[in-house]
Amino acid sequence: MLGLGADPLRADMNRLLALLFHQGVLDEQFVQLQQLQDESSPNFVYEVVNIYFHESEKLLKNLRGLLMEREFSDYKKMGIHLNQFMGSSSSIGAKRVRNVCVAFRAASEQNNRAGCLGALELLEHEYCYLKNKLHELFHIEQQRVLAAGVRYPMQN
Amino acid sequence: MAVEPLMDEPKDQFPIGMRVLAVDDDPTCLFFLETLLRRCQYHVTTTNQAITALKLLRENRNKFDLVISDVQMPDMDGFKLLELVGLEMDLPVIMLSVNGDPKLVMKGISHGACDYLLKPVRTEELKNIWQHVIRRKKFDSKDSNKSGNQDKHDPGSGGGSGSPGTLSDQNGKLKKKRKDQNEDEDEEHDESGRGDPSTQKKQRVVWSVDLHRKFVAAVHQLGIDKAVPKKILDMMNVEKLTRENVASHLQKYRLYLKRLNSMVNQQANLAAALGGTDSSYLQVGSLNGRDSFHTLIGSGQFRNTAFRSLPPGGLLGRLNTPSGLGMHGLPSSGMTQLSHVRNSSNSTNDQVNCQQVILPGNHNGSVLQGMPVPLELDQGQHIKGVTHARELSIPIDNTAIFPIPRALLDAKIGISSSSNPLLGVVNSPLILEQNSQVRQDGQVYGNQSSVSVASLNSEFSSLLPIHSSLNETWSTSAQSSGIESNSFPLNDCFKQPTLHHGNMRDDMPMVAFQMERNPCSASSVASMSTELQDIRTEMQCRASPISSNAGRHHSPPQGWVDHNQDGPYSNVICSSINSMISVHGSVGTLGQGSEPKNFHPDMDFNSIGQSSYFDPLYLKHDEVNKSTMEISLKLKQGLGDQSRPQGSYISGNFGSLEDIVKAMVKQELDNAKETD
Repeated sequence: MLGLGADPLRADMNRLLALLFHQGVLDEQFVQLQQLQDESSPNFVYEVVNIYFHESEKLLKNLRGLLMEREFSDYKKMGIHLNQFMGSSSSIGAKRVRNVCVAFRAASEQNNRAGCLGALELLEHEYCYLKNKLHELFHIEQQRVLAAGVRYPMQN
Repeated sequence: MAVEPLMDEPKDQFPIGMRVLAVDDDPTCLFFLETLLRRCQYHVTTTNQAITALKLLRENRNKFDLVISDVQMPDMDGFKLLELVGLEMDLPVIMLSVNGDPKLVMKGISHGACDYLLKPVRTEELKNIWQHVIRRKKFDSKDSNKSGNQDKHDPGSGGGSGSPGTLSDQNGKLKKKRKDQNEDEDEEHDESGRGDPSTQKKQRVVWSVDLHRKFVAAVHQLGIDKAVPKKILDMMNVEKLTRENVASHLQKYRLYLKRLNSMVNQQANLAAALGGTDSSYLQVGSLNGRDSFHTLIGSGQFRNTAFRSLPPGGLLGRLNTPSGLGMHGLPSSGMTQLSHVRNSSNSTNDQVNCQQVILPGNHNGSVLQGMPVPLELDQGQHIKGVTHARELSIPIDNTAIFPIPRALLDAKIGISSSSNPLLGVVNSPLILEQNSQVRQDGQVYGNQSSVSVASLNSEFSSLLPIHSSLNETWSTSAQSSGIESNSFPLNDCFKQPTLHHGNMRDDMPMVAFQMERNPCSASSVASMSTELQDIRTEMQCRASPISSNAGRHHSPPQGWVDHNQDGPYSNVICSSINSMISVHGSVGTLGQGSEPKNFHPDMDFNSIGQSSYFDPLYLKHDEVNKSTMEISLKLKQGLGDQSRPQGSYISGNFGSLEDIVKAMVKQELDNAKETD
């Protein structure tokens, strides 16, 4: 394997990030996350995003469970879940997910079950996309770190 | 954000090392907040439960300088925590919320928050929160010099006059933000000794039960309208109590009465609407503030919880039994107080808790007797009665009757604040049973409650399964209680090749539940699965050369294989979909880069050796994509009559949000038309 070094990988990462920012999947808050990562918390972004994934899946499950109930009427509980989802999504900079949550919340406040279902679908969709992209990002980052740690004669 | 230069801080590095207690039930936000705070060089303690936070604070008031709390938490309303902290520990509290609704902000202010931040929190905002600590310390007299800071970040110092003499004027003006700011400021002004002991010579005044009783007695004697701090102070005749202390406490008391009044109003309205008599209701409402103070403060927080309809007969019928209410010998001023309180408005829509008004009648064992009344009335409300007991126990301190550890009662609160109706149902038999014991013998209460605690605790934990019927093995930490630790095991995952392995597991639940929730579309899933299984096996075949070539970087494909074999049926599909999507994603990225050297090292190898690899993969991905779309379509169709095939959501290229939202809105409108 010819070592291609960390730089091209970094370029890959930047390109992916640029794409995500451009698509509105991520926003400046994600940049804040990155800035919080330093020597004292070297894996901060990865950690916080993983917590986010873990929690979000629970929330999505709960939301779907609520909406699938035959006698569903607890919009308030849904609102609580949504609130949390919104909070966490905005904290990590998941802009599109957050926006869908806003629309979802609006539907929920109107007790619009169909609207909620639609929003849930969209939410799951957006979340799925975000997750895949972030996994990809982490993968590239991991490789970059590994590559940066490897010394090839030609690199020096 | 400019902060006025206040007097020189003895410790120049004060903002550094400021001790913050962060409370948020959302682990993501909590972790994020913690890291942010650490970055600002504060000393941070975190907890995801308000109850734990209170416990920590109560253990040692001087251990923290500042509290940051989320507004919406399952175990306790953030506003209530805010109030309790302000009452008991007098620490500055900053509220955090994703919801910036002015009404909520106002609520935060009126409950005494010194700031209200919106999520996502930014570093700049957190860098300045130390000012709230300083402000509290500095305002130790009528000095109004410091009130000039008009920054929006500190509503607590809105430039009003610091004179405590304006307190009586403010009684009727609580709604105005200005006045709220004044009150906050006055509190800060008046509660002189409550700052950091290391910089203040005055002692913090603790409003113990006895002290509060004297206070309330004095207020009653004077009459709520005429009670001025000076007179109260004289009447109380307590050493080392300053007029400022009394003034601020009076302020809080008035706030509490107001809140009570709004509840009373609501209850009266409800009772009137339901055809009950008001008089019986009035009987109950003994604003014998001695013990009701803390109780009612807390009760105000439950406004927002969902209520079920009250059986009017039950409500009033029980209210009519003074013995059950434990009311003996209420002073007549209690009644006048009630009527006075009712005059002020501030009606929010809570059918709340006049029941809680009931309780205070007597602060002895009869307090407990008061419990059954609210408890039996309504599912949601009786829990508040329990909470009541908890709050009463603390100021009252009749520990003979309450051998229960606070944690127990806290657990009750934890459950109570939840708006889960199921929970209310679950709890009621326990609490009723508990109360029936109480009536017989107040001393027995302790034992009974310990029994009920265990069941309550189990119910509390059983809350979680209610929420998620899918108890996947990978959803381990449901709700961690206690203080967060700093070490995250995920940290280790990052560097290991099992990275993707873990990711795959994460992927699975998401899509898995999506599928498992749609039993009606099982057939479509089945059809897709066979197709995908083929793709998957192909993928595995192609993946294996990658793994053998790239070594540890590509153990993921093996991980996929392993997981596919282990996991349930649908997981197989999901992981393969996800793996294909993510691989495709990277392939796509690679495709975008025109220079060959942009390829990943291992991918590069493959591209050299197996240039044909990407194409089939690409094709396969499209197939997967298409089949995913088909599945989604079928799933959506299977969801019921109301939902229509939402093709707009399935855009393979993840089309713009605006289009999707428009489509959604349009669909909502259509549905609304249908239902109308």
